[in-house]
Amino acid sequence: MPTLSEILDDKGICICAGSGGVGKTTTSAAIAVGMASRGLKVCVLTIDPAKRLADSLGMEELGNEARRVDPALFERQGVEMRGELWAMMLDPKQTFDELIARQAPDEESRDRVLENRIYQQISNALAGSQEYMAMEKLFELHTEGEFDLLVLDTPPTRNALDFLDAPKRLTQFIEGRSLKVFMKPTGLAAKVAGRGASVALGVFKRIVGFDLIADLAEFFNAFSGMVDGFQARAKRVNRLLSDRRTCFLVVCGPQGEPIDEAVYFHRKLVEAKLPFGGVIVNKVHYPAEQLRGESDDDLPAALAEKLGDADLAQRVAANFADYQALAERDARNIEHLATELRSSGVIRVPHLDEDVHDLAGLAEIDRYLFATSDERIAMAAGRA
Amino acid sequence: MAYGLEIPLRGYSDGGRFFLPTPEIARNCPIPDLLDKRLVIVTGKGGVGKTTVAVALGMRAAAAGKRTIVCEVSSQENASRMFDHAEVGFHEVEMEENLWSISIDPDESMREYVLLQLKVRAMRDMLFRSRIFGYLAAATPGLKELVTIGKIWELAQLDRKVKKGHEYDLVIVDAPATGHGVGFLQTPRTFANIARVGPIHSQAQRLDSFITDHDQTGTAIVALPEEMPVNESAALERDLREEVGVAVDRVYLNGLYPERFSRTECEQLGKLAAAEDGAARAAARAAVSEHERARSQRAQLARLRRRVKAPVKTLPFLFEPELGPEAARLLSRRLG
Repeated sequence: MPTLSEILDDKGICICAGSGGVGKTTTSAAIAVGMASRGLKVCVLTIDPAKRLADSLGMEELGNEARRVDPALFERQGVEMRGELWAMMLDPKQTFDELIARQAPDEESRDRVLENRIYQQISNALAGSQEYMAMEKLFELHTEGEFDLLVLDTPPTRNALDFLDAPKRLTQFIEGRSLKVFMKPTGLAAKVAGRGASVALGVFKRIVGFDLIADLAEFFNAFSGMVDGFQARAKRVNRLLSDRRTCFLVVCGPQGEPIDEAVYFHRKLVEAKLPFGGVIVNKVHYPAEQLRGESDDDLPAALAEKLGDADLAQRVAANFADYQALAERDARNIEHLATELRSSGVIRVPHLDEDVHDLAGLAEIDRYLFATSDERIAMAAGRA
Repeated sequence: MAYGLEIPLRGYSDGGRFFLPTPEIARNCPIPDLLDKRLVIVTGKGGVGKTTVAVALGMRAAAAGKRTIVCEVSSQENASRMFDHAEVGFHEVEMEENLWSISIDPDESMREYVLLQLKVRAMRDMLFRSRIFGYLAAATPGLKELVTIGKIWELAQLDRKVKKGHEYDLVIVDAPATGHGVGFLQTPRTFANIARVGPIHSQAQRLDSFITDHDQTGTAIVALPEEMPVNESAALERDLREEVGVAVDRVYLNGLYPERFSRTECEQLGKLAAAEDGAARAAARAAVSEHERARSQRAQLARLRRRVKAPVKTLPFLFEPELGPEAARLLSRRLG
């Protein structure tokens, strides 16, 4: 199977996708560190509100502009940095505001949108706006062409699919401008739409209150001049995502549920004709390879003899059995994953003794991420 | 009003052996203050075991004779999967004695809400057939979250308006992951501000008062014993207390490894690992790893205790391939 640097060779964009809690942010940062240390100018983007990426890169905070990670930090950790690592934390609200400013035909329509209460809500809260803005920023950075590689840590969604689905939902919402004709129920449009529409509108007003409808109508009015620009841009973003220089990496954990989700996500990527690069499984319990052919029935006795402590030997053997059971589960789940993906291209990162939250940890992860599968097994067996 | 895509549900429970961890000091004390509330919201970042804790709390309350319902809002049916039960959907389904489960779908909640608001059947039918209503509902920011919280509130009412609705003593919510969680709980207040008048305004206000009533509603944060999850839990507690104004009653530190080996034993095992090969070496290394992890987790536990105000209770890591109902039951006895 290809190594990660082969997978990412000649790629301009790497998108790390996966459900929450599988180590996506850490993996994105580790990939960026790894590719930068190999000589590329890399920027890693996150919209994680919890500042995890900044933490792990040893930065106080990240802003909506890319900032270079101090090369001295890598030196101190003994990481050779041949390229440059940049990082940014995306502020979806600010990105949305900038986008509006760019798309607005004049200052007046810009301000009307920015000051609209519905806009203030959607730019913060509407499902999908974070994801849309992540792609928007990615597109912007790509167009500027400052970096060799952009690594995107996708937002923590309920499930990984939300990310692919989100821009479409937002565009649909924006295209809801056709609604504005129904908000003036006295016009010709209301007559055309018929009785069903006016009843629906009436009931809706009764439920949510009149003010909201007025705000919505105002929003769509103010926004109407920008819809075409938004649509054109959305199309270009979609083209970028399916470009052959873009690569989706699916990140997951070894338990049944994340594995199922990775399988599903891969299928959706293929259906959407988006370029799938590989799967990274984090926190894998590796089985002890050197155990093959040995029976563990005699283990407590053998240990007791060597340790001279039967009680300790018993506990060591029981602990070992526990970990072996987890390793067997992980191996089974990963085999299922590889079968479903019709590929052996599964990169396993072991469950390390210390949790990863700094550059040293990222460098440790990189040793596995960028190794060949044989090297990984050897390394894991060395420490398992 | 599609709400994301469905995930195929398939369990991997293989009836594998069930490993009981070495008992650590049991912190079991009665938790009436938490379970005596009407609503308990279980929150935390993704992948920390919120569903497991929500189900375990439900089992604990049910065992104490409380009629309890566990609500999911993510349409992923994680809870029914934990019970090894078929998907429950938008139905109140009894899982065990005194314990029900429901998956709250915002579209269904919206429908139910409108049905309760409109008495004329013909009007309702016309409304649901009209695409305009769907557009409007989808275009209104936060409406889905609002009707979801509305449904949770409705479940917590003793005088249920919904046909065939049971009466519950306690409603437990498996909340969306951090990031979404705080925004989710703030929806009623945000909505009350947007819709300045009308029925939604007063209903949103009522929901907000219910959530922020510390006698009626409580929250439990689920955390993991790792550096960043601990930081995030502390930030989450602050947001819940200060931004939402909800009571934070517990922080559950989930997945704590047992301390199986002493430092002296570990030194001995380290030497053994260096001298041996084969199974003995692998077993000794596994023990040293376990010791290292358990030790680094204890340091995180101490950090968490320093950084949050709510009482921190620990839940053991279960050496079990997939977590099913028995795992939740075991944890339910260990909830403090």
